[in-house]
Amino acid sequence: MSAQNRPLSPHLQVYRWQWSMAYSILNRATGMALAGGALFLFCWLTALASGAEEFTAVQNFAGSIIGRILLLGWTWSLFYHLVNGIRHLVWDSGRWLDLKSAEISGHISLALSIVLTIAVWALAYMV
Amino acid sequence: MSLRTPLSEVRGHGSAKDGTHHWWVQRLSGVALIPLTIWFVFSVACMVGSDASLAATVVGSEYVKFSTWAAEPFNATCLILLVATSFHHAQLGVQVVIEDYIHGALRTPLLVAIKLLAVAFAVGGILAVLKIAL
Repeated sequence: MSAQNRPLSPHLQVYRWQWSMAYSILNRATGMALAGGALFLFCWLTALASGAEEFTAVQNFAGSIIGRILLLGWTWSLFYHLVNGIRHLVWDSGRWLDLKSAEISGHISLALSIVLTIAVWALAYMV
Repeated sequence: MSLRTPLSEVRGHGSAKDGTHHWWVQRLSGVALIPLTIWFVFSVACMVGSDASLAATVVGSEYVKFSTWAAEPFNATCLILLVATSFHHAQLGVQVVIEDYIHGALRTPLLVAIKLLAVAFAVGGILAVLKIAL
């Protein structure tokens, strides 16, 4: 394929919005959010290693309104990125590469990520 | 106009960067994170839920509960794997985002900083787990 005929990466200004595109952007966005989540995991573990006072402070922050919103966001980001990552692994095997399959599997990823998020938070509140 | 074909222009130069290594390690760490993150999220969700009323009354009972949990050999092992794999996977992802969007003088310093920071946070997290467990 000559350099001129190679497919161009989408220019957001002129590209018509499509599901596959939105799901792809979402995968990257949740990944970046999760990099922040990894930093919180580090803070949480460091506090736990430091002692009761430090750990209680981090737990209080996690339990605050801002903390809960962040944790909810990270929970959903994790499950979306996880399920969509499995979708990527399926693509890597050469399957589901047509537009229709990519769109349907994207919808399934989003739905599953929401269901799993609700499951975890229900568990946390009910058990 | 050059008479060389496009193929001959690129042939013999080898991979432009690191070939498939980045791609492969990203998949590998991603696969490892599937069980690790599911285990972590559900474990913590179960513990946050249990005796929430007790936690409110006895100061530091949350601390005792979580540090006892993290000190279990199986849990400590999984936590160390989770921390190491998470920061490795995060570094690989952030690297690609920087390569895609950041151009100019900032690019290389940022790529270096992200890599060094990821290692530093991973070591710090692992040390924390070891301190709790040992």
